[in-house]
Amino acid sequence: MGTQCTGTGSWPNCSTSTCWATPPTLDSDLSQGIQPVQGLALCTLSTMGSAEMCRDLAPEVEKLLLQPSPYVRKKAILTAVHMIRKVPELSSVFLPPCVHLLHERHHGILLGTITLITELCERSPAALRHFRKVVPQLVQILRTLVTTGYSTEHSISGVSDPFLQVQILRLLRILGRNHEESSETMNDLLAQVATNTDTSRNAGNAVLFETVLTIMDIRSAAGLRVLAVNILGRFLLNSDRNIRYVALTSLLRLVQSDHSAVQRHRPTVVDCLQETDASLSRRALELSLALVNSSNVRAMMQELQAFLESCPPDLRADCASGILLAAERFAPTKRWHIDTILHVLTTAGTHVRDDAVANLTQLIGGAQELHAYSVRRLYNALAEDISQQPLVQVAAWCIGEYGDLLLEGNCEEIEPLQVDEEEVLALLEKVLQSHMSLPATRGYALTALMKLSTRLQGDNNRIRQVVSIYKSCLDVELQQRAVEYDTLFRKYDHMRAAILEKMPLVERDGAQADEEAKESKAAAQLSEAVPAPTEPQASQLLDLLDLLDGASGDAQHPPPLDPSPGGALVYLLDLPCAPPPPAPIPDLKVFEREGVQLNLSFIRPPENPALLLITATATNSSEGDVTDFICQAAVPKSLQLQMQAPSGNTVPARGGLPITQLFRILNPNKAPVRLKLRLTYNHFHQSVQEIFEVNNLPVESWQ
Amino acid sequence: MQFMLLFSRQGKLRLQKWYVPLSDKEKKKITRELVQTVLARKPKMCSFLEWRDLKIVYKRYASLYFCCAIEDQDNELITLEIIHRYVELLDKYFGSVCELDIIFNFEKAYFILDEFLLGGEVQETSKKNVLKAIEQADLLQEPWMHSVLRE
Repeated sequence: MGTQCTGTGSWPNCSTSTCWATPPTLDSDLSQGIQPVQGLALCTLSTMGSAEMCRDLAPEVEKLLLQPSPYVRKKAILTAVHMIRKVPELSSVFLPPCVHLLHERHHGILLGTITLITELCERSPAALRHFRKVVPQLVQILRTLVTTGYSTEHSISGVSDPFLQVQILRLLRILGRNHEESSETMNDLLAQVATNTDTSRNAGNAVLFETVLTIMDIRSAAGLRVLAVNILGRFLLNSDRNIRYVALTSLLRLVQSDHSAVQRHRPTVVDCLQETDASLSRRALELSLALVNSSNVRAMMQELQAFLESCPPDLRADCASGILLAAERFAPTKRWHIDTILHVLTTAGTHVRDDAVANLTQLIGGAQELHAYSVRRLYNALAEDISQQPLVQVAAWCIGEYGDLLLEGNCEEIEPLQVDEEEVLALLEKVLQSHMSLPATRGYALTALMKLSTRLQGDNNRIRQVVSIYKSCLDVELQQRAVEYDTLFRKYDHMRAAILEKMPLVERDGAQADEEAKESKAAAQLSEAVPAPTEPQASQLLDLLDLLDGASGDAQHPPPLDPSPGGALVYLLDLPCAPPPPAPIPDLKVFEREGVQLNLSFIRPPENPALLLITATATNSSEGDVTDFICQAAVPKSLQLQMQAPSGNTVPARGGLPITQLFRILNPNKAPVRLKLRLTYNHFHQSVQEIFEVNNLPVESWQ
Repeated sequence: MQFMLLFSRQGKLRLQKWYVPLSDKEKKKITRELVQTVLARKPKMCSFLEWRDLKIVYKRYASLYFCCAIEDQDNELITLEIIHRYVELLDKYFGSVCELDIIFNFEKAYFILDEFLLGGEVQETSKKNVLKAIEQADLLQEPWMHSVLRE
């Protein structure tokens, strides 16, 4: 019998929670009074007991809780913990003995009891309320432990039974959470433990750490919270890196709620950026970024930028985007902001997010007073290094836009720079030819060259030559541009200056916004089919010159690229009439009920053939208002759907302002697009719900 | 605690104690992944790492890695103390314990663990009491070993 239990108790390979010792055997093992056997039975039960077994044997375990022998009792208590985890209803069986057990002096029993109470409180708010009344008793137990201590056999490095202390502190945390009275009762004790625990070894620090966690979680006095944060600050200076790790993790959790207290430790946190252990430096980075505010932004950015230069590669992306975000929020001046982004692009250009280019061009565009400064700095940066693509793209764009300012020679903010036209053109050509340049980058460079044809004084032969060469480029996109630019030189030279005028400020996130160019009246006819702000001028020219392709009759006319089914074809030759650009994909009415209609219109942006933009428009021609209108959509798994927020949720009666909502669908495999729509709204004092599928989308929307 | 693993520097598993019900397949998978992850750590790194949704606390003693998986709300530093206490108990019992002791007397290693932890929680904080209990158990099982232990 004993051996059988030995077998199950210590056999490590039991694969499920069912034990192959039959319950009747365990039952008799538990009740027959030989302690080691009982101990083994309890061990088996607590490690592998299934829910059924727990239910069956709960009464036996309950009996053992009250046995005289501490050896069995402590095991019975922890078995009860396991039983409650498996069968929460058993809480009612094991709750009553707890208060009594708390009076025990045996550490094992006490520890088990506190663990049991913790388990009960975590599972039931009623139990939680019930056990709040033992807070004073717990406080007393802990106080006795800390001040007089029990015995050396339970101490570790001068700290009395740290396991028991930590468990008590954890229970106090649960009991004190959101409860003023309990929190107040434990306030003094927590302060006492926080100040008196010996911190020379890990055991003491473990207790201190648990104390800090408790203080931060209950309703503690402000002074106590500051004390807790300061303890964590001290931990940051500890030579043991495990301690620094828990400190950084905890501070990260506290930085929102106790921001000013954590701010005080900012210098120490920044020092932790130099940690050799990546998990520590990552936490230090997150914490540092969270601590940036408007008053410390300059100093912090300096530190973070220094870190960016030397940090391990897997942290680069996070650091770069963190810096850019912080710069956006707290930049003291535009020039500082531009400098910061520039620095990030030069140091970690390949790790920045895609919208960094857009953001920087947007920023520069909006800072008119800094155009000269920006273009100069970008030119210098580009001259040094043409490998970092985001930087090259921004620089090319800038040089194209503000090339005239570059050549002027003086700018108060940096040393005068003598740049001559040939140098600028040579640099752009270098970018064009470099194998490191991405196709998008080369597009930027080519367009920049084209713009310079109106900004520079000299004759445009060199530019014309380059443009000419690229008419036979293998990259179709580049080829198309080159052909168009070439045509601009040859046949529409009188319009060239107007077309290539400086860009107006691009609207942020206004991918669908109209971009009114200062170009000729024809350009004013451009439709909403405008792509991302990064290439506004390029795409507008594309649309503008689309038709010129056919009119040029050039021998090296490229095979028709599938440009923009949704792009506007501007009939330049039809000036001054202003025909509206025809929407190439027909709209689709998908729903109608009692005067409420839902229409879908489609746009395929030219430079992203996998993207389909659907605008859903809800109109109301009935006599009653439509309110609380919500439209939800689902697509087949091969597609990706992103819905933007609707313009509103009310459509007034009799043709009132419709609601529009944009869906973005990514369809890289050109699968047929199907939509399942669910509409809910109130109409004529009734709530309406309609679910339907849309399978008849026009073929041009996905092919 | 959810489980504790002991493995050598070559990745051989010497002891595994599971406090949560998992299938054999899952256990093998977890063991394999975790052993790889811990062995890949450099010596100067801290003893804690985040793995799946658990916190892993590990410490190397001579040629053995002691590795515990704890839950989010558990205290990492006290887990280090738990590991240390277990090592001390093994040391006291075997007298200057080494990996071989654990290999050849693994059932004793489990016994000792089962007297220290129960259901993943600490059951006895007195070293003396744990060792006494092991002694009693030894007496019960193999009376003739008594004289050997007395040395």
